[in-house]
Amino acid sequence: MSLFSIFQISSSAMKAQSQRMNVSASNLANANSVAGPDGQPYRAKQVVFQAMGAEGMKGVKVSEVTEDPSPLRRTYRPDSPFADADGYVMMPNVNPVNEMVNIIEASRSYQANVKVFNTSKKLAMKTLTIGER
Amino acid sequence: MIDQLASAFHFDRQAVALRARRQKVLANNIANADTPGYKARDFKFADALTAATGGSEAGGHLSMATTSPRHIEPQAGNALPVDLLYRVPAQPSLDGNTVDMNEARTRFADNSLRYMVSLHLMSGKIRGLRAAMQPAR
Repeated sequence: MSLFSIFQISSSAMKAQSQRMNVSASNLANANSVAGPDGQPYRAKQVVFQAMGAEGMKGVKVSEVTEDPSPLRRTYRPDSPFADADGYVMMPNVNPVNEMVNIIEASRSYQANVKVFNTSKKLAMKTLTIGER
Repeated sequence: MIDQLASAFHFDRQAVALRARRQKVLANNIANADTPGYKARDFKFADALTAATGGSEAGGHLSMATTSPRHIEPQAGNALPVDLLYRVPAQPSLDGNTVDMNEARTRFADNSLRYMVSLHLMSGKIRGLRAAMQPAR
């Protein structure tokens, strides 16, 4: 039945949007992480959405998480242990404004999909009452 | 008798099934509102319903040629054939996505309401048939 596959479609979208929000939250949290586990400065990450199914009729998924290739911020901090010979430290290329916009957009899309889910559920419940007095 | 009952509900059944199908297509548009390069899909409900119920305008079902009275007309099954078309975007976006969120949500709400209407009409028909089957008092 078509209505049940709508649940899968909306839940795939909710999953993808929450992963997007997760990545943005991680970017914001690491906006000042001079060194990650590999000793390199943190780089902002982005999710890539991809439509699923042959005709693109099975919702959406996060196909990969990519790193932002834009240059790192170079700030003058001669007292830092990570400073180079000139006293500059490479800081993450996270742009807090971009991340906030991303989070707002993701939450709005998430809400839209919750709405779709609830409406479809209402319709399915209504369908069950066909023929009742 | 029973096949007459089935044919009495044929139209409503197709209408509800097509509404559910369209609901799925529109839900998928909303789900892919942020997918780069995704093209919004939709289909013409009136054409699909005419085709599904065998109306004269769209030519009706694709039927097999029968050369003997013993040939049985194959059942098309539940897969309703619909022409999935692409929506024309009102304003282009940089990532090639053609989902207009406002339009998508309006269409979704509109289709939900019409689905309810179809259900309501079907329930009314069932009530009417049931009333006709009651013994006279």
